[in-house]
Amino acid sequence: MARHVIAPVDELPPGTRKFLEIDGRPIAVFNIKGEYFGLMNRCPHQGAALCEGPLIGLAQSRDPGEIEYTKLGEIIRCPWHGWEFDIRTGQSYCDPRRFRVKAYPANVEPGSSVVKGPYVAETVTVRVESDYVVVEL
Amino acid sequence: MNIQFRESSEAASPLTAKTAIADCDIHPARATRTELYPYLAKRWQHHLEVYGVHAYQGMMEGPPYPKAQPNASRRDAYPPEGGPQGSSLSFMQKQLLDPNNVQLGVLNPLNTGQGIRNHELSAALCSAINDWQIDKWTSRDKRLKASIVVGNEDGLSAAAEIRERAGDKNFVQVLLLSRNVEPLGQRRYWPIYQAAEEAGLPIGVHAFGFGGNPITPSGWPSYYIEEMVGHSQCQQSALASLVLEGVFERFPKLKMVMIEAGFGWAPSLAWRLDKVWQRLRSEVPHVKRPPSEYIREQVWWTTQPMEDPERREDLFDVINWIGWDRLLFATDYPHWDYDEPSRVLPAGVSEANREAFYLGNARALYGIG
Repeated sequence: MARHVIAPVDELPPGTRKFLEIDGRPIAVFNIKGEYFGLMNRCPHQGAALCEGPLIGLAQSRDPGEIEYTKLGEIIRCPWHGWEFDIRTGQSYCDPRRFRVKAYPANVEPGSSVVKGPYVAETVTVRVESDYVVVEL
Repeated sequence: MNIQFRESSEAASPLTAKTAIADCDIHPARATRTELYPYLAKRWQHHLEVYGVHAYQGMMEGPPYPKAQPNASRRDAYPPEGGPQGSSLSFMQKQLLDPNNVQLGVLNPLNTGQGIRNHELSAALCSAINDWQIDKWTSRDKRLKASIVVGNEDGLSAAAEIRERAGDKNFVQVLLLSRNVEPLGQRRYWPIYQAAEEAGLPIGVHAFGFGGNPITPSGWPSYYIEEMVGHSQCQQSALASLVLEGVFERFPKLKMVMIEAGFGWAPSLAWRLDKVWQRLRSEVPHVKRPPSEYIREQVWWTTQPMEDPERREDLFDVINWIGWDRLLFATDYPHWDYDEPSRVLPAGVSEANREAFYLGNARALYGIG
């Protein structure tokens, strides 16, 4: 498992997402209220660019007429068929046993740790004084 | 654990050659409200501006926007130059036709001039849509073929429109919708079938429509999901009417395509029809053969929405009954319930059947190449 620098934190403010390709895999990284999440940007159902869908909440009901709406902004809805996945875990809500989207841990690393070593940044200019969003895959 | 920076993504794998397909249900949209005006007489432009459109049902566009996704369409299908999904030829080429190796794409415009109470306006709008299909789509991309849209509630003007377009290679079928003022087998619609049979054009019956009747036989439902499944009930009624009114008997060369309502229900409907026909045959003596025979001989089915049972053997059982020569692959682009060609057909299908499913049947039915 390797870690990849995605962006300086100030380029990925809360409520935004970034799409990129790492090792040939389409990945999306989200900032939800200061927490970072990485997901494979491909719906396990028919292959749509899953993370281009809207972030919604989770509608659940114990009885007809009672609706509980939680996890606001934490559920990604596929732009094609509307399948819903939890961006924290990749869990599907319509068929959790058969379908799951791959989730990748994402977090923030200080520039001082990112610049160490003989690494070359291609798309992110790295400065020691910045913090960076890093995704593991 | 090492940290590494992104590698260049320029070395992406080259596009692999994809199986050639036909897409038998594509929905082209108008970019603007007035895009049809160049094809409409001034009289009708004036009429639309002053009086608007009186439909058989209150909600002309069907139940309200946005129907699961904006405009009931894929969220990723907005053209970059603006306008609604399905309104840009160049973007359709880039997103659908080129990457999926679509050799034949059949256009089925919705929200046209069908189901309008003013029959002259209905005929004018349908004719305008047909001109627009040539101008904006089929003349600019030879892979695309149009459906003749007709003012369905006035059989005579509809037949006239079909005769006017007959022989024009831009068109490959006549388009009707499943929800009409009366069930589709009834006599008012027969001039349409006669003209289509003469022209050698199949009739496509697409789910949806504006006949003023609820989507379900039990009334207007509460939820969009009920409307989605209601399409197959609606098409079952339409197909039963076509058989029992004697349309297939009267027009033996007529070919019908059931579009966007599934096909898993076909065997059970045919079995039920056969069973009651054996008992009640004398009520409909003009139906001379078991209903299933007409259905198997004269009906084709588009695949989207493709049935997806847990056991693929169940799907194959249904298709074996219908016939591998009767299914026409469709994506329903740009609509949200789109079927991705590379993902819909389970493994275990012979090469010949795959080819028929994706391309051969459509080419044969529509007489292309």
